[in-house]
Amino acid sequence: MGLGVALLYVATGRPGGVSTFFSSSWSWLLNTPFFRQAAFLESRRWRVVYALGLLLGGGLYVMLGMSVEASHIPAWKLAIGGLLIGFGARLGGGCTSGHGICGMAALSGGSFLMVITFLGAGIVTASLLKWLGV
Amino acid sequence: MAQTSSRLDALATLATLGSGLLFGFGLAWSTMIRPESVLDFLTFADLGLLFVLGSAVGINLLVYQLVPRWLGRTLLGGAFQQRPFTLDRSALLGGILFGIGWGICGVCPGPALAGLGAGNADLLIALAGIFAGALLHGLWAGRSARTAG
Repeated sequence: MGLGVALLYVATGRPGGVSTFFSSSWSWLLNTPFFRQAAFLESRRWRVVYALGLLLGGGLYVMLGMSVEASHIPAWKLAIGGLLIGFGARLGGGCTSGHGICGMAALSGGSFLMVITFLGAGIVTASLLKWLGV
Repeated sequence: MAQTSSRLDALATLATLGSGLLFGFGLAWSTMIRPESVLDFLTFADLGLLFVLGSAVGINLLVYQLVPRWLGRTLLGGAFQQRPFTLDRSALLGGILFGIGWGICGVCPGPALAGLGAGNADLLIALAGIFAGALLHGLWAGRSARTAG
């Protein structure tokens, strides 16, 4: 997975964060100044292609007959978690791939702090829920 | 001239698709597309993902630091872009919210896409949530920018 992000940077110079896709794609539907900002309009096409690649990558893995264990996360967790992830990643300027891989690789001090922040919050939340048995 | 640039565009699109594909494949292979493995990692039950993240950062650390110095331009002739980011209080709040969401469901944006591709349709719920969260953020950020300006 590191090689995918590396290839994108070497070939095109694009830092391969994933979460901006979820904002930039709204620019096709919405006309508000926020969603029409140049950073989204200029990158929305390649971000869709990149997202499509991620989907196909997962599909290819299954097609090659490599095993995937079933997952049983309750729907309410996926919904609430997803909402927080979407809002938080956009407010925080990136997610695990943006800050965690690209930002740390670029030796961005801000990204290091962000990784420590969301890793810490993730560990506390997951451990608390496990302890509560939820 | 126009022909070369459209060929470069096509190559860039192909490279982007290929990068996403490799990334998605890697996420599937490393079991990171399975929310349970991420939650095991966050609760210290299985630290295997530390190695996965470590090697992904390691490879990209070398690439991001060395390749721009060696090549100057990208393989397709463009400039190496910087990630736009300034750390402030709201970014840290975003990081905390992201972490809480991550800890609840074990999903993050990349693996959600790759996991859906690998056939876990439940992840559509998470993806809808992420889209909705990004939408709320955009509407909220747009509003507070207007009141501030």
